[in-house]
Amino acid sequence: MADQIKELELKAKLIRRLIIQMISKAGSGHPGGSLSATDLITVLFFSVLRHNPKEPLWPDRDRFHMSKGHCCPLWYAVLAESGYFPKETLMTLRQLGSILQGHPDKRTPGVDVASGSLGQGLSVALGMSLAGRVDKKDYRVYVLMGDGEIQEGNIWEAAMACSHFKADNLCAMLDYNGFQIDGKTCNVMALEPMAAKWQAFGWHTIEIDGHDIKQILAAYEEAKKIKGKPSIIIARTIKGKGVSFMENVCDFHGRAPTKEETEIALKELA
Amino acid sequence: MAELLYQRDIYGKTLVELGKTNKDIVVLDADLSSSTRTAMFAKEFPDRFFNFGVAEQNMIASAAGMASCGKIVFVSTFAIFASGRAWDQVRNSVCYSNLNVKIVATHAGLTVGPDGASHQALEDIALMRVIPNMTVVVPCDGPQTADAVKAAVNSKGPFYVRLGRSKVATVENKGEFKIGKGQMISDGNDITIIACGVMVNEALIAVNSLKQKGIKARLINIHTIRPIDKDIILKASKETKAIVVCEEHNITGGLASAVDEVVAENHPVKVIRMGVRNRFGQSGEPAELLKEYNLTAADIEKTVITCIS
Repeated sequence: MADQIKELELKAKLIRRLIIQMISKAGSGHPGGSLSATDLITVLFFSVLRHNPKEPLWPDRDRFHMSKGHCCPLWYAVLAESGYFPKETLMTLRQLGSILQGHPDKRTPGVDVASGSLGQGLSVALGMSLAGRVDKKDYRVYVLMGDGEIQEGNIWEAAMACSHFKADNLCAMLDYNGFQIDGKTCNVMALEPMAAKWQAFGWHTIEIDGHDIKQILAAYEEAKKIKGKPSIIIARTIKGKGVSFMENVCDFHGRAPTKEETEIALKELA
Repeated sequence: MAELLYQRDIYGKTLVELGKTNKDIVVLDADLSSSTRTAMFAKEFPDRFFNFGVAEQNMIASAAGMASCGKIVFVSTFAIFASGRAWDQVRNSVCYSNLNVKIVATHAGLTVGPDGASHQALEDIALMRVIPNMTVVVPCDGPQTADAVKAAVNSKGPFYVRLGRSKVATVENKGEFKIGKGQMISDGNDITIIACGVMVNEALIAVNSLKQKGIKARLINIHTIRPIDKDIILKASKETKAIVVCEEHNITGGLASAVDEVVAENHPVKVIRMGVRNRFGQSGEPAELLKEYNLTAADIEKTVITCIS
């Protein structure tokens, strides 16, 4: 267990470095929310998800969908690190002709449905979950949402439907970093009480520190055991986590680090 | 007298028929399954039917997720909600990923009748045909509805099939149905009438009446608005004096605009647009509404005569 945690921590650091490098090279992108969700998604891809990078369309694979599509540098990094495509490709992010678009689409191996327009991913995940039911398959569906994102009405339509359809093969993860483009979520459009909202919609809620690998592993395990309802991991996170000058700084929601900032960031993540 | 059929009845029956052999077909509805007739499929195959309640955005985006897992997903609600309420979901989740989601929208156009403007989609063809990867089909009668639904199952990618609420007369001698190919219902070289949906039958009545007066009008049914049959339109633009386009839709963005685009780019001739002229609909019986908005066979006949003389 201790070894596994150590290994995942190192992996997360590597993923963070890739995120910084690719956004820096691209000259634009969204580092803040990519870094805040890194631990959640690293643990998912390297310890939880049933998948085969050599066969991205394996019908029995667990599904992952990133509803907060702007944080795709994180998605691309874990896909490349898993072996879906060469790591050099990461440096083509946001370039003309690249398989790594500014927001995710199907040209990237491992991406099943495009995202980027916020609020639709939980529905997409529900569709994957119900398809699994129709096909009598035992795969699970994981979907990452942003906290600002859940201000979209579509999310709550989906939240209602996930519990109505008893989608217990579905696990949502909320990257609750408390920031959105225009500032703190509590100032822009308040989200609390968070857990109570999801519970009222019929969900099993698991509240964790989204940077504690042990808690993240336990949360995914707990979600697997819940029957008859969907689960949501409400992960308290720090926007820009891992890079001191990006942490809790709203400006880094959607701006690339400068050359100097990149050097400092990579040093901190060494 | 031609047979009168509800397109949505045919839709429901066709879904059940196809569902028996094709287990990949799943059907979603948003609390309108009795109106759209997807209830027929729900009764037969309850495990492959999902009612999403009054939540069209969730339904469409969920359809994308299902289709990404290999399902052929039929999604039904009223045209106004499928095309308008959930447009961003149609664009970003369905069409951008080119997924097998078949939106079959009922209650399109003025002939919804008494429910009035809020429920009369007069913009849906415009909204759907502008999205890349989307095929837009407007069947003109009951049998063609079955053809369109079968074609949707046999073609990859997203479809928007537009159906009406009221009974429509079956148009005889349409010939083979092929996606993207218009159908010449009646030949003539004086003028061309291009129509879709319920307006095909109105136009046919006009064509027959014009014949009595010695005017030979060509009638073309453009059931597939996207991709549009350029050849049949260009041939008409070269062989006849003018084109009159009839549709139960706003004159902006729909079939008339699609015809305009082909003609203007290749062989400009006069195109007269007969549709709803930038107004909302209103309550009334379907026949009364067609009259109020100048879309009856008599209106078409009058327009043709004015144009020719």
